[in-house]
Amino acid sequence: MEEIDRLIEKSLEGEKLATARLISMVERGDERASYILRKVYPHSGKAYYIGVTGPPGAGKSTLVDRLVKLFCVNDYSVGVIGVDPCSPFTGGALLGDRVRMNIKHKEWDVFFRSMSAGRVMGGLAKTTKEASRILDASGRKIIIIETVGVGQSELDIAQATDTVLVVLVPESGDSVQVMKAGLMEIADVFVVNKADRPGAENIALSIQGMLDRSLRKREWKPPIFLTSASLNKGLDQLYDGVWSHYRHLHHDCRLETRRKAQLKNELRQLIEAQFSEVIWRNIINNSKLEELVEDVWEQKIDPQTIARKIVREQLRDTFENNTVG
Amino acid sequence: MVMDRKIRVIMAKLGLDIHWRGVYLVSQFLRDAGMEVIYLGNKFPEQIVEAAVEEDADVVGLSTLGGNHLTLGPKVVELLKEKGLENVRVFMGGVIPPKHIPVLKEKGIYEVYGPDTPMEVIINGIRESVQVN
Ligand SMILES: Nc1nc2c(ncn2[C@@H]2O[C@H](COP(=O)(O)OP(=O)(O)OP(=O)(O)O)[C@@H](O)[C@H]2O)c(=O)[nH]1
Ligand SMILES: [Mg+2]
Repeated sequence: MEEIDRLIEKSLEGEKLATARLISMVERGDERASYILRKVYPHSGKAYYIGVTGPPGAGKSTLVDRLVKLFCVNDYSVGVIGVDPCSPFTGGALLGDRVRMNIKHKEWDVFFRSMSAGRVMGGLAKTTKEASRILDASGRKIIIIETVGVGQSELDIAQATDTVLVVLVPESGDSVQVMKAGLMEIADVFVVNKADRPGAENIALSIQGMLDRSLRKREWKPPIFLTSASLNKGLDQLYDGVWSHYRHLHHDCRLETRRKAQLKNELRQLIEAQFSEVIWRNIINNSKLEELVEDVWEQKIDPQTIARKIVREQLRDTFENNTVG
Repeated sequence: MVMDRKIRVIMAKLGLDIHWRGVYLVSQFLRDAGMEVIYLGNKFPEQIVEAAVEEDADVVGLSTLGGNHLTLGPKVVELLKEKGLENVRVFMGGVIPPKHIPVLKEKGIYEVYGPDTPMEVIINGIRESVQVN
């Protein structure tokens, strides 16, 4: 048996080292990545995917650590993916989500993986999805993905998970008013963490106000929980709240609908990515592009027309070559 | 090794050492040198090795203020071996009496750096140890 098949088999049996190796290969775009994903896919889809996002330092990792413990106590095996930003200059990263993990791995069945947002080839959603599928196929029943909610990443997390927890803190007060609609839209559960500090009730009220004013008709009213993760307060209620969203998803095929919508997006992105790869590899290269720039510069032709012409001609050539080959 | 393969380094403070900020500083330098640093804070050998497994680490860096390094450092090496990770090099840094360095190396610690070691030495030491693999 090939080494890679042995690795996949071991990972499917739940072996951690094999699983870790597979995730690395997929993450760095190893040539065996698509083979791995193909073999693993049929075994995935059984886990419950939870996303945790919010501003830096809101206590997401501390909260995840507490939730993981509750899942473990209830006999679920858990996989966690902690995504942190990378340095835009060197591509290096300092991944710190693991600092808060105080779960005893000996006692509980947890697999924690840190990931750099800089390594996400083709978007955060793609890489976390691929890694979490490997965890899912290896038998983890609960998968939690933590990302910092700044910019695009919070929308990506909604693409990769079944339930999204948006974590805020009392200090987020003002920013709730200006909170990007995106973050409001993706939240299935709101958490006001650090509720041991003043202002927690107020922010909960303003979130509630925003939800009430929102015109969108909701089948699901996102609940708001006050927690103090570091003091271990309010976690049981939050845990139950997460499960109630899970139960909601299991009515009226909602989970299926949500996951199919995600798949549709995923497929669209993959097809586009592969198309442009083919185009750039086979059809047009940089020097060809520079020739065209000259033509456009001298106004022999306009950009729109030449782009359309190139694509049409070259696609035809590609198809003909393929039929001949 | 291929160029775009980022070196993954686990950085931990051994046991209960809490006062030394040096390890975080070193972590930042390693990040700026293009590595992926998984920072653990204070952890014991079992947790450090679990992290090395799950994170598929190339290197483990341990900092110590002394006292526990002769037992906990080699313990990490031993547990790594148990998990089949003998290729993962273990580095130690911090306040370690010079006479203990040979003892630690004897027990499988790859390299020991004192508090005054220049960053380039540490960065290159890590890079070279990974290439040897
Ligand atoms: N007062 C208070 N502090 C908390 C609470 N929860 C977490 N913290 C502290 O907040 C700090 C940040 O916690 P993390 O869990 O690392 O926050 P995070 O959101 O994961 O941070 P990033 O991943 O860096 O964005 C730590 O010092 C925690 O101890 C809480 O409920 N109350
Ligand atoms: Mg965190």
